[in-house]
Amino acid sequence: MIWHDANEFFSMGGHGLYVWGSYGAMALLMAVEPVLVVMRHRAARTAALTQAEVADLEAAEAVERATSGARP
Amino acid sequence: MNGAVFAAVYLRDLRLAWRRRVEAALPVAFFIVAASLFPLGVGPEPQMLRQIAPGVVWVCALLAAMLSMPPLFASDLADGSLEQLLLAPDAALAVAAAKDAAHWTISGAPLVVAAPLLGLLLGLPSEELPVLFVSLILGTPVLSLLGGVGAALTLGLRSAGMLIVLIVLPLAIPALIFGTGAVAAVDAGQSPSGHLSLLGALLIACGLGAPVATGAALRIALE
Amino acid sequence: MRDHKPPFTKVPDNHAVTDRPSPSRLTWLTFSAPARFYDLAGTLAPACGLAAALLALAGLWIGFFVAPTDATQGQVYRIIFIHVPVAWMSMLLYVAMAFWAAIGWFLNARMASILARAIAPTGALFTLLALWTGSAWGRPTWGTWWVWDARLTSELILLFLYLGYLALVAAIDDTRRADKAGALLAIVGVVNVPVIYFSVIWWNTLHQSATITFGSAPKMASTMLWAMLLMTLACWAYAFAVIFVRARAIVLEREGANAWARARLAGRHARM
Repeated sequence: MIWHDANEFFSMGGHGLYVWGSYGAMALLMAVEPVLVVMRHRAARTAALTQAEVADLEAAEAVERATSGARP
Repeated sequence: MNGAVFAAVYLRDLRLAWRRRVEAALPVAFFIVAASLFPLGVGPEPQMLRQIAPGVVWVCALLAAMLSMPPLFASDLADGSLEQLLLAPDAALAVAAAKDAAHWTISGAPLVVAAPLLGLLLGLPSEELPVLFVSLILGTPVLSLLGGVGAALTLGLRSAGMLIVLIVLPLAIPALIFGTGAVAAVDAGQSPSGHLSLLGALLIACGLGAPVATGAALRIALE
Repeated sequence: MRDHKPPFTKVPDNHAVTDRPSPSRLTWLTFSAPARFYDLAGTLAPACGLAAALLALAGLWIGFFVAPTDATQGQVYRIIFIHVPVAWMSMLLYVAMAFWAAIGWFLNARMASILARAIAPTGALFTLLALWTGSAWGRPTWGTWWVWDARLTSELILLFLYLGYLALVAAIDDTRRADKAGALLAIVGVVNVPVIYFSVIWWNTLHQSATITFGSAPKMASTMLWAMLLMTLACWAYAFAVIFVRARAIVLEREGANAWARARLAGRHARM
């Protein structure tokens, strides 16, 4: 085992700031990016669904108007 | 390439610029003012100024060229003449090349002329001034060519000015490196021919490739 | 100036391709239909994410518990296990972005353009990480937070190229124009990258008063190479996962009103 105790592991020969700062930045970005991307996907889904509902309502109204117009 | 279109557009741009001489002189004014800021910012110590002089002159020339790019196609777009110009077959390439050439004649060449003066202001020794001059003669056309691509890509956009700077500057870095490297070589007592040849090669490559890209960008922007 | 396409313009759907349940034969063009891609990406993304996590665990284990201490740099060299992979990915993603953007432009393939746009932000993030980790590695080894050596400088310029692409496509409202303009810029960028890299190396050798060639990797024991390879694969899988989900989002943003999308969403909506 390279590390004799936890302290040695965390201090990384005195350069813990740099090593863990690097890995920390990577972990942070690789946690934040997927979250943002999933949020974007959800937002796109909601918008598409709303658009679909609006289109359905409009289509129904158009049918209504067409059939009621045909009645004498 | 459509020679008639090239000549027509080139001369027309020169004529238009001549009618607005003051506006055409703005890039040179910017060039001089911006370069003069450096001694004010970093101090007048001659040794240091002499060292940063080639870089300062080149970077300011770059910025002056980029900042004068947005109007390249914008005014023609605004009055509809750009679409007219592109109606002729193979016109896009000729229009792009002519615009780049006109831009260099109007904005780039004055920078080249003003550069040795700035070099003197910044304490550049007189044996390095010719090299600075030559490096800019080779380099400013590269800037006009690359800037043309940027101007065509950002045609009609609100923030075109800043976008052009952001898009084109990374592409202009090799020219910057070889241009300033030539002057630094003379400073170190070596021959600048290596740097200048590379710069020349860059100019040829851009001359062949950039108008094609600009023409394509114009078509993208206008379809 | 140009017509702004409203977000959900109904684009004529390639019904022949999208309405068939599943293709009996896969062709090159099978997944160029947004519907097919949407489904495929939906299945692949979580799988890639899982693969990324497992590969990263393996790589980090080897990197921290198997790879020995370096003779010259001590423990700090372990940054290499993320610095090199993210740097490679940043360059690979730029080429991939340019490739798909070009396909989207020349072959008029919507899905390819969407893929290029999905790649760009992730590529930029990897570049940022490469610069960050490079800086963190440089500080203890060379005493400054930034070193203008050839590789870091090239990485910085690559970041500018990404930012230029992102800024350009964001500034153009018309989707198709943005895709094509971005493609042109990406192609110009890709062609210039070797030139830029060469000129930066040239510049670096010119100004080598002090020998600032940092990042000269320590003599690599095979365990170190294994860790780096695993981390590279992990980054690759991660990139796939994130890019797939982003591409799905963009597909919905652009084609949300189309029949296949409504069918997909209605099905899931009913289940919810």
